[in-house]
Amino acid sequence: MRLARRFSAGYAEEEGVSPVGTTETVATTTNLKTRFEAGRSGADIRSDLRVIFEPRHAGAIEIELQSRVAPYYGDSIRAQAQGVLAELGIDHARIAIQDEGALPFVIAARIEAAVRRAGLGQGLRALPQSVPLPPPSARDRLRRSRLYLPGSEPKYFINAGLHAPDAIILDLEDAVHPAEKDAARILVRNALRAVDFGAAERMVRINQLPLGYEDLEEVVPEAPDLVLIPKVEHAEQILAVEERVKEIAARCQIDRPIWPMAILESALGIENALAIAGASERMVAMSIGLEDYTADLGVVKTAEGRESIYARTRLVNAAHAAHIQASDSVYSDVGDLEGLGRWAESARALGFEGMGCVHPLQIPVIHQAFAPAQADIEKALKIVAAFEEAQQRGLGVVSLGSKMIDPPVVQRALKLVERARQMGLLRSGKTSTTESLDTT
Amino acid sequence: MTNGFELVTNAAGRVVPAEVNGRKQVAFPGVGKHQPQGSKAAPPIHSAGDYPANGDKRVPDLEIALRKCGLRDGMTISNHHHLRDGDAVALMALETAARMGIRDLMWFPSASFPAQAAVIELMEAGVVHHIEGSMNGPLGDYCSQGKMRGMGVLRSHGGRWQAIQDGEVHIDIAVIAAPTADAFGNATGSLGKSACGSLGFALADSMYADHVIVVTDNLVPFPCVPWQIQGNNVDYVVEVPSIGDPAKIVSGTTQITRSPDRLKIAEHVARFIRDVGIMRDGFSFQAGAGGIALAFVDYLRCMMKEAGVKARFVRGGSTRYLVELLREGLADYILDGQTFDLAGVESMARDPRHIATSPFTSYNYNGKGFFNQLVDVVVLGATEVDTHFNANVVTHSDGRLLHGIGGWQNCLFAGCTILAVPSFRDRIPVIVDEVTTLTGPGEMIDVVATERGIAINPLRQDLLDRVKGSPLPIRRIEDIQREVERICGGKPQRPRLGQNPVAVVKWVDGTVLDTVWQAVF
Repeated sequence: MRLARRFSAGYAEEEGVSPVGTTETVATTTNLKTRFEAGRSGADIRSDLRVIFEPRHAGAIEIELQSRVAPYYGDSIRAQAQGVLAELGIDHARIAIQDEGALPFVIAARIEAAVRRAGLGQGLRALPQSVPLPPPSARDRLRRSRLYLPGSEPKYFINAGLHAPDAIILDLEDAVHPAEKDAARILVRNALRAVDFGAAERMVRINQLPLGYEDLEEVVPEAPDLVLIPKVEHAEQILAVEERVKEIAARCQIDRPIWPMAILESALGIENALAIAGASERMVAMSIGLEDYTADLGVVKTAEGRESIYARTRLVNAAHAAHIQASDSVYSDVGDLEGLGRWAESARALGFEGMGCVHPLQIPVIHQAFAPAQADIEKALKIVAAFEEAQQRGLGVVSLGSKMIDPPVVQRALKLVERARQMGLLRSGKTSTTESLDTT
Repeated sequence: MTNGFELVTNAAGRVVPAEVNGRKQVAFPGVGKHQPQGSKAAPPIHSAGDYPANGDKRVPDLEIALRKCGLRDGMTISNHHHLRDGDAVALMALETAARMGIRDLMWFPSASFPAQAAVIELMEAGVVHHIEGSMNGPLGDYCSQGKMRGMGVLRSHGGRWQAIQDGEVHIDIAVIAAPTADAFGNATGSLGKSACGSLGFALADSMYADHVIVVTDNLVPFPCVPWQIQGNNVDYVVEVPSIGDPAKIVSGTTQITRSPDRLKIAEHVARFIRDVGIMRDGFSFQAGAGGIALAFVDYLRCMMKEAGVKARFVRGGSTRYLVELLREGLADYILDGQTFDLAGVESMARDPRHIATSPFTSYNYNGKGFFNQLVDVVVLGATEVDTHFNANVVTHSDGRLLHGIGGWQNCLFAGCTILAVPSFRDRIPVIVDEVTTLTGPGEMIDVVATERGIAINPLRQDLLDRVKGSPLPIRRIEDIQREVERICGGKPQRPRLGQNPVAVVKWVDGTVLDTVWQAVF
């Protein structure tokens, strides 16, 4: 009975008519949509699959499988499809799978998406086997590079961590077609659970509210380290997301931080940068989206970026005023690594601590650009050593040779040494301090 | 006896037929264990008195040439594959034989290409009995399905020379496509509109075949130099409008992969070679034209520049990336086996340091050594490798023929052999418990480099010692296997293989290393 009710509700939703809710309705609506699809297949598709789901009211589960890996994982795929359907409460259906070598977490996500598109499996999830969660993410961790991964392209997820970005972003917003939002959020949820992203911070970019709420429902239970909020113009948007994250995290007993990070993408957002940066104590970073920002201004986005200097410096200033990290936009010309290097170096000079990337090849270039120069590290180490010596001897004044060192210079040196340590740029034995930078 | 085949188990534990295409075989007895006997084969002695006194060996067309060579049923016709997928001469020869009503030929190419899929029709029609040589694509499927009347024999480039030299394969008529030739039969691959670089794969055919026909679309007055093929071995010269499609003979440019995962593998390989100290002044290496191999050369080139290190020679498959090394003074010589792109062809034609080599000098095991033994490090691909470092390069994991052995087995004799492979392809793990088809014994394979880490063969304690303290991701091969099986959702099923042998894999000394079984489609 339960199945029958859901069944008819699903049809009604698909066809945009009001639900009637009887088994008789099902019997008389067989000319309505009966096939529900998710995922992609084809000669040029890899690591994905196309699922065609046809709910039935008798005849148990019938599976039709075409797969380029059938000789190796055919049995496994069939067994998994059976299991996923059972978890979603489907007892009778025909399911056709055209598989292009998808991994199990993708298979589960695509079947679940097809079932949900049929209006079935509501409130149920078919979760893949999980990998251990990485350690919780620290508020001030390195965020030099954050690699965007389109939320509907599983092939990019699998090895993303191997390229050692500081963060990966599973993107549910601009990289996902509006018609694929539902399926992408299931896929991203499964990826958070089943993919080992190495030491990378696991970020998810949600859609603008209210659609973003649906994203949060799906992904927060899998404890992402950070939620990227797009097109922020007011502090209230941060608070709304934070509130919902807190609520879901409490419900799911997640006791590790899920940091909010804002992306400012409009003139109004930039003007409100300070309020946004200080919207919440949990805010860790703020970034700028230059495509939308330049569109808002009606100017052309150039490789030099002069048109966005005001916005970028204002964002940097606001971020520093609120003691959070400022992160730059992406450099979208993947073929031009030299241009990227120049851009990243100027971003660092402006006070940014990192930027987005759209291809793994950009990561080492960005890391190099955001690394302090060896001479600066040496100098900072000397200042830190002098500072520590002064502390030990109970001196209030730090001096290096005959020169007195001002407190802000000491602060900057401490911060630089700590960053250099995180980046692995200190030769062993040279690091002597990781203590708090608080000096009151 | 299974279906008329007597099967024996060789030293690698593989079940192999005792007889192939009517010839008794020696089962692989272990690396370096087989002792060849007797003398080399030789063609009949000819007399200059039987050839035109003015040296003009031209005949009007290929049919006349074949007729004059005495083509008849059951003979063996050979071709080389330097024109790759652009070759028109092999089909020209076989189709001419078909028109002449000839049957049951053995086709003996140095490799076959998809453009030659029409040979399937010639096999169906009875013109060709079977193929001994690499088969892939449609030809590979045809053989894998057990439709070929004889058994396929897969040999390395060096093994092909060995088989010809040792008389295991007797070539009745060699039909040699020549981008440039003179009327005496001297031929070169370096020049002409269909230039392909080296003609090394045709050298044995020209020396050992009973009859040799040179087919060219660029006839020049004597002398055609450098005479990679010597007219003194040639019976007839045939001029044709075109020997092939230049666009498919060499690629305009070879491209480095942009796949970040493959680049990561290439980077691992280059760093390994540097960090274990193989990259030092006067060293040598081999790299092919695959995406990973090209990228590896590019990484290594930067590291060589940074360290001020120069190679004595590089072994190609040449591409523009090797040519750049030569031009930048980062290598003294390119010893080239085949030429993959235009830059390689032009370099060989103009630069005396870019040397065309044959499988005799580079690869032939049944000789007094071969120069690939002198190469410090080679970077190769594989379809599968097992936890004992045994590798498969000829079949898909389900047993279907995928590609030929090429120089792969011969390269295993280098100082350090590195397989550069992704840890899985389309969910199919590359590191397996047991390879489907054994192509290279694990004792010959030193390193498996994947995007997830580098595994060193425990037999190479010296390499293990040299990477101690290195930041390279050195891992046990079993660890990489386990991680990949977790990602892929468990160990793959063992694909079902048929009961009938459809081809054998020869080792470099002519012994039988493994069997390719009829695939279950």
